[in-house]
Amino acid sequence: MTRRAVVVLLAAAGIGLLALDLAGSRPLNPFTAPPALALGSGQAAGGAHCSAAPGR
Amino acid sequence: MTAVPGADIRPAIAPRLLLAAGGVALVVAVAAMAGARYGLLLAVGLGFGIALEGLRFGFAGPWRAFILRREPAGLIAQLIAIGLTAAVAMPLIAANPGELVGAHAPVGIAMIGGAFVFGLAMQIVLGCGSGTLVNAGSGNAVGALALPFFAIGSFAGAWNLDWWIGLGTAPVVTAGGLFGPMGGLAATLAALAAVGAFAVWRAAPGTARLPRRLWIAALAVAGLALLNLVISGQPWGVVYGLGLWVAKGASALGADLSASAFWAASANAERVAESLLTDVTSLTNIGIIAGAFLVAAWRRGLSQPIPALPARAWVATVVAGLLLGYSSRLAFGCNVGAFFSGISTGSLHGWAWFAAAFLGSIAGVRLRPWLGFEGRARP
Repeated sequence: MTRRAVVVLLAAAGIGLLALDLAGSRPLNPFTAPPALALGSGQAAGGAHCSAAPGR
Repeated sequence: MTAVPGADIRPAIAPRLLLAAGGVALVVAVAAMAGARYGLLLAVGLGFGIALEGLRFGFAGPWRAFILRREPAGLIAQLIAIGLTAAVAMPLIAANPGELVGAHAPVGIAMIGGAFVFGLAMQIVLGCGSGTLVNAGSGNAVGALALPFFAIGSFAGAWNLDWWIGLGTAPVVTAGGLFGPMGGLAATLAALAAVGAFAVWRAAPGTARLPRRLWIAALAVAGLALLNLVISGQPWGVVYGLGLWVAKGASALGADLSASAFWAASANAERVAESLLTDVTSLTNIGIIAGAFLVAAWRRGLSQPIPALPARAWVATVVAGLLLGYSSRLAFGCNVGAFFSGISTGSLHGWAWFAAAFLGSIAGVRLRPWLGFEGRARP
């Protein structure tokens, strides 16, 4: 068994995860997406980060 | 017979063009489906993966090299990358507090313990937060096995985070808060320089000089970390995205995430409901895996055989993966979210993480051979 087999398994798992995600999440809409850059957008950062405590 | 220059290279051009085109197509597809910001974040992740794998810039390996052989070059490259990032990120965040946030978190008992355990576990599998993604993407079986358990651990650690915080947590302290924006930056750079000077002082003779690739890597990683900040509004992170993948799976299977204070919080519930293609750390994580794959395939490194490790090494990989995920949640980040991004945005918890994780790494380096990873029989 080579690294190629590992990569194939990983890719299959990744594609499966994304397929389930797209099927079970709110539909994507690029027209309601935030501006390309947060800097200069006038909007607060809305993402989640590992340094954030619960409730932050 | 005369060798034709480049004759053995030419057959590889078509597959390599295909690889590059595949990377570009992924970015364009995500931008078209989800929006330009998300396509750009995937591109940043690809850049991280290519830089980390292509230039062999890591975290666990250099710490191991310093602990075992007193070779400081990799560690110093990390400090340079963090310093370069801080030099731009800290003033930028101070000037744009409504749009950009730092990786600021409190120091606490569980935070310090979590960092110690993370440092230990990352030396067992020789893969940190970013390193596990890179290793998996390049076909390393230990990294690929550790990754799903890292994600499960991250989900579970986040689930219990509220309880762990309750054990004792200080208020958030930042260098900017203590010394002002420029004073905080000066203090951060001085502290990084002091650690670098200590590493040079302790170095084995002839090992302190950085090779060119590490200078390039430090510049590239700092540049990409700044792009991550400017595009997403938050610093580079890894662990949140991994836990989110499991949270989405658990939710799809009917788990009630509202029982967890962390996952019930509105920001996290929102992330679970939205697609991963709109989550900052998920996109950069996917990009890192894909970028490392591109480099490994480009170098035709995927035909290497998987190492024959004893069963206890594979069991240790699973356990270490779980510990990496769980502990990094308690520590408010891994080597990326806490060490790199915490320090480069002025958070005291980044320094506490560094000290505790380094002590854990010393223990992990000693433990690794006993778990069957280094081909030596141990009782």
